[in-house]
Amino acid sequence: MSRLAQLRETFSPSRMHRALMMGVKSLWMHRLRSLLTVLGIVFGVCSVIAMLAIGEGASYEAREQIRRLGSNNVIIRSVKPPEEQGASQSRSVAVEYGITYKDIDRIAATIPGIDLIVPSRLIRRNVWVGGNSVDCDIRGTLPSYLQVTTNRVGRGRFFTQTELDDKKNVCVIEESMANRLFPIDDPLGKTVRVDQDYFEVIGVMSREDAASGMPEGSLSPGASEGAPTTMYIPLTAARSRFGEILMKRSTGSFSVERVELHEAIVRITDQDSVIEANLVINEILQANHKNVDYETLVPLALLRQAEETKRIFNIVLGSVAAISLLVGGIGIMNIMLATVTERTREIGVRRALGAKRRDIVFQFLIETVLLSGAGGIIGVMMGLAIPLFISHFAQMTTIVRFWSPVLAFGISGLVGVVFGIYPAMRAADMDPVEALRHE
Amino acid sequence: MTQTAAIAEPRTTDAKPIVRVENVTKVYQMGAVLVEALRGVTLHFHPGEYSTIMGPSGCGKSTLLNVLGCLDRPTSGRYFLGEDDVSTLDDDELSSIRGARIGFIFQSYNLIQQLSVLENIEVPLYYQGAPAWKSREIALELAERVGLVERVGHKPFELSGGQQQRVAIARALANDPLILLADEPTGNLDSKSGEEILELFGALHRQGKTLIMVTHSDEVSERAQRVIRLRDGQVEVDERK
Ligand SMILES: Nc1ncnc2c1ncn2[C@@H]1O[C@H](COP(=O)(O)OP(=O)(O)OP(=O)(O)O)[C@@H](O)[C@H]1O
Ligand SMILES: [Mg+2]
Repeated sequence: MSRLAQLRETFSPSRMHRALMMGVKSLWMHRLRSLLTVLGIVFGVCSVIAMLAIGEGASYEAREQIRRLGSNNVIIRSVKPPEEQGASQSRSVAVEYGITYKDIDRIAATIPGIDLIVPSRLIRRNVWVGGNSVDCDIRGTLPSYLQVTTNRVGRGRFFTQTELDDKKNVCVIEESMANRLFPIDDPLGKTVRVDQDYFEVIGVMSREDAASGMPEGSLSPGASEGAPTTMYIPLTAARSRFGEILMKRSTGSFSVERVELHEAIVRITDQDSVIEANLVINEILQANHKNVDYETLVPLALLRQAEETKRIFNIVLGSVAAISLLVGGIGIMNIMLATVTERTREIGVRRALGAKRRDIVFQFLIETVLLSGAGGIIGVMMGLAIPLFISHFAQMTTIVRFWSPVLAFGISGLVGVVFGIYPAMRAADMDPVEALRHE
Repeated sequence: MTQTAAIAEPRTTDAKPIVRVENVTKVYQMGAVLVEALRGVTLHFHPGEYSTIMGPSGCGKSTLLNVLGCLDRPTSGRYFLGEDDVSTLDDDELSSIRGARIGFIFQSYNLIQQLSVLENIEVPLYYQGAPAWKSREIALELAERVGLVERVGHKPFELSGGQQQRVAIARALANDPLILLADEPTGNLDSKSGEEILELFGALHRQGKTLIMVTHSDEVSERAQRVIRLRDGQVEVDERK
């Protein structure tokens, strides 16, 4: 018989099917043992899929947040410098800090390739409609703000340059705020009150992250103190209505702060020069500020960092997966070797009844692959269920990439072949007469 | 293939022996000691013959049967099974020969525990590559023949020793072998079950099967046509009735 004919005979579909059934029967006879044998593979596969899903989800969220900040942007924020101990300046003197209009002008004049600079003031106030109020960040900014954010005006419109120049009391509110303050009416054209001032609602903003139900992360501009919603008004209006002095009352003490701008988003035309632009901006600010009362944020750098983190995470995860599958595989091999010894008699009988060496190899290999494959399937199912639970109960994004269960299953099958071949060969190499005499 | 041709050959031609063992020796090496289990055995078996092999323990009966069954290769000498010189075949070819031409019956039944009665009978057919439906048909027919049709779905441990041995006989018959080899088939059975098994062998003999049986009991050997007595690996007596 030719080699090909032999192989065709061993692997003919009906024989494969019957060999599989025979394997299932042998494994089923020792179901508890089979189950315990594959636990290593089950937990290995399951944890890898679950961890991958969590990792992918986390990195997706991070990248989404960074993407929302804009990969061409450098974000400058005002930071209150730590109060000098002992110096304890008299309470009535205002603490002055943060970036100024002058800084903005300097940056615009010095750095070529700046596409846009959008400064903002952020004031936290309650916004009222009749008896209802909403805790809110009021963002005084420019019309070009729309170009540096991923948020979009859903209904109505954003304010215009003319309205900015005229210091008009107009505002754009967010969807969630609109729903709270105007549960029945259309908010467009209505007015809201902040302190003594009234603002006309001209647009409703649909926030991308709000829409997708994700909690606003600390990376989002101006939201570090976590006002639930934001209202947008012209920068000039913010300056003239609320001034630049901020009074804060907190447990007994009373502090006054003076801040010109809370944030400026600088958009660079060429993405490759973003990092460099950030250095220059820092130099300019350093030269003009006594204290470090600002910080710069480069989403692109964060993105690179996030990608690097993810790469490391994947390497670690890959190693964990490899080790656990190795351990699982060794566990299977160990049991299969014991099984082969235990079934020496059966091997002898089969050989006496006409089984060739390769039939025996095939039989035990099938059993090992069935074991590890079944372990892989159970592991995949558990590994797919865990992320579901996590996203449901922990409100975390988890992403299962379609290749991860496929790969995990494939590898567990491969583990079966790799770790099954040795016990199977041992079985096939037994001398039939010796095997038949085995007790 | 020459194998199938050999199987198809009529078995009643007394002139031509179906099994020819020529001056076969078997030597085992145990450390420095050489154990000569067979020392120049020459035997011919004719189709339809019912022979028993007897002799004291350790005289080489099982060794001879293993050689006859192509499980073991002789150290020297030649062995013809049907037309072919089996002593020169390789491992795979020996497996094929065992599967196609030899039916084994063991003292301890040796059924495969995880398989049902029917599936046990099908095992040799499976290794011969018979299609599933055909194996099923043959196995059912054989189960009927050994009187176990109602038990085909049972597992071996649910059967008595005598029933298990009958399954083993059905299994040995599955490929319609040239010779049936039985090593003390009644050794583990009580006299009643043993009797049933021997009656089955008698029936097989009447149907023209070639039987070679190792036994310790004179009662058993009395039923056979031919008694071969071995002593120290050599044929001492070979008598036909
Ligand atoms: N694998 C082996 N290695 C070494 N010696 C062996 C081996 N198999 C058999 N022998 C020896 O060969 C001799 C014949 O053994 P065999 O099993 O054929 O005896 P037997 O006639 O079947 O005996 P019993 O009636 O007890 O079954 C014995 O001396 C035995 O010790
Ligand atoms: Mg013996």
